[in-house]
Amino acid sequence: MFQIHCPHCGATREEEEFSYAGEAYIPRPANPEEATEAEWGDYLFMRKNTRGWFWEQWQHTAGCRKVFAVKRNTVSYEIAGTWTLAAGKELYLKESEA
Amino acid sequence: MANRYSLWSLLKNGLKHNESWQPAWRSPQAKPRYDVIIVGGGGHGLATAYYLAKNHGVKNVAVLEKGYLGGGNTARNTTIVRSNYLWDEAAQLYEHAMKLWEGLSLDLNFNVMFSQRGVMNLGHTLQDMRDIERRVNANNLNGIDGVVLSPKEIQDIVPLMDISAKTRYPVMGASYQPRGGVARHDAVAWGFARGASELGVDIIEQCEVIDMIIEDGRIKGVKTTKGDIFADRVGCVAAGNSTPLAKMAGVRLPLESHPLQAFVSESMKPCLDTVVMSNAVHGYVSQSDKGELVIGAGIDSYLGYGQRGSPHVIEHTAAAIIELFPSFSRVRMNRQWGGIVDVAPDACPIISKTKVKGLYFNCGWGTGGFKATPGSGYVFAHTIANDEAHPLNKAFALDRFNTGHLIDEHGAAGVAH
Repeated sequence: MFQIHCPHCGATREEEEFSYAGEAYIPRPANPEEATEAEWGDYLFMRKNTRGWFWEQWQHTAGCRKVFAVKRNTVSYEIAGTWTLAAGKELYLKESEA
Repeated sequence: MANRYSLWSLLKNGLKHNESWQPAWRSPQAKPRYDVIIVGGGGHGLATAYYLAKNHGVKNVAVLEKGYLGGGNTARNTTIVRSNYLWDEAAQLYEHAMKLWEGLSLDLNFNVMFSQRGVMNLGHTLQDMRDIERRVNANNLNGIDGVVLSPKEIQDIVPLMDISAKTRYPVMGASYQPRGGVARHDAVAWGFARGASELGVDIIEQCEVIDMIIEDGRIKGVKTTKGDIFADRVGCVAAGNSTPLAKMAGVRLPLESHPLQAFVSESMKPCLDTVVMSNAVHGYVSQSDKGELVIGAGIDSYLGYGQRGSPHVIEHTAAAIIELFPSFSRVRMNRQWGGIVDVAPDACPIISKTKVKGLYFNCGWGTGGFKATPGSGYVFAHTIANDEAHPLNKAFALDRFNTGHLIDEHGAAGVAH
């Protein structure tokens, strides 16, 4: 059990108020008409499933119902921070470049 | 070296005060090169090594285990064995495993305590009952035993269950597979380890794979905490840790690793002689030979490698069990654990070659791998030995996620996920 801070309504609540919404920032094929089967398969099904620090999405289901980004360690379950999807994406992209 | 277990050996060793038993398997140093390396010393990995040696004559095999033998999900499950899956591909794969279970103790000369006490999947809504009818009919067409039970018939088998109409989700019926049951999980790992070791397989514990050696798209070996070990064929059977392994080889997998929790109670007198599962209230329970209630339910929703989950999942599981068995409400729980299960999008395993030649993956068993242990090893050994899928696992290749030929057991079978 952990507590999650919702960046939209500003509340820190127990995990049970939230729903898990999987890996964050999976890019959709830029040109869907021309994407191959392999590219579609990759987009739809393949996952990073990272062991360690991981960018993921949670939804505040029992609160404001908005989806946001969480950076969480999948081994220690420690949370580094939560951001709106837009704010988190900048950080995420900066990290992926590094 | 190995002892052959029999009434005679029990007697003989008993007379010697049980001081002359030999270890059940060897613990050798790793050789620099093998024909095949199996990464992961759980039930599936050990079964793979055993069948490689037994069915295919490939005996120069190493099983590398980062912890201790059978210390992962093999020791962290609820030991249920059944084969009542809806789709043909899955049904045939699990039924093949079921048939191996039925002769396994004899084959291994090791008592895996396989007990065919029946598995019951409860229905609580009209739609549940329609699905149950459909699944039982599909099972029967595939030659798998199964019947639909009325509440009255359920009560005859499980007198303790509350089937009254006053519960929140009244029990309307069930599917029942009499050949289903439970087996002793540790014994399965030990039995396969002993059998494989006897045939010449080296089991190397405390040996973690940290990288793969790949040249020109071909596997050459693995780097481990005990040095480099070479082999032209490597089979990975690492359950929840499959994705990190695949990443070393540049292979992407459609898996998410989640904690799956279960718990056992203190020992009690016999009160439940079958396995009861319910997808609707979501819980499953059986009683072990020691008398403990073994209870499990669904995965924690989030991705996690921590071998532990959140307490509210346990609470929901316990609530479901007490809904079915109000008399269990005062039972005290003894132990709780979490295993890391690798869930595929269609809740079906991946037993497949990869784009790296000589590298094979057996993963994605999700919450239901234990029941398939012998069958999984059998077809994976065939896949590795022949560099080609066995007819039973052809449909379970990795490329199904590109072609779209998924085997959607997620919404179909009695998969409690």
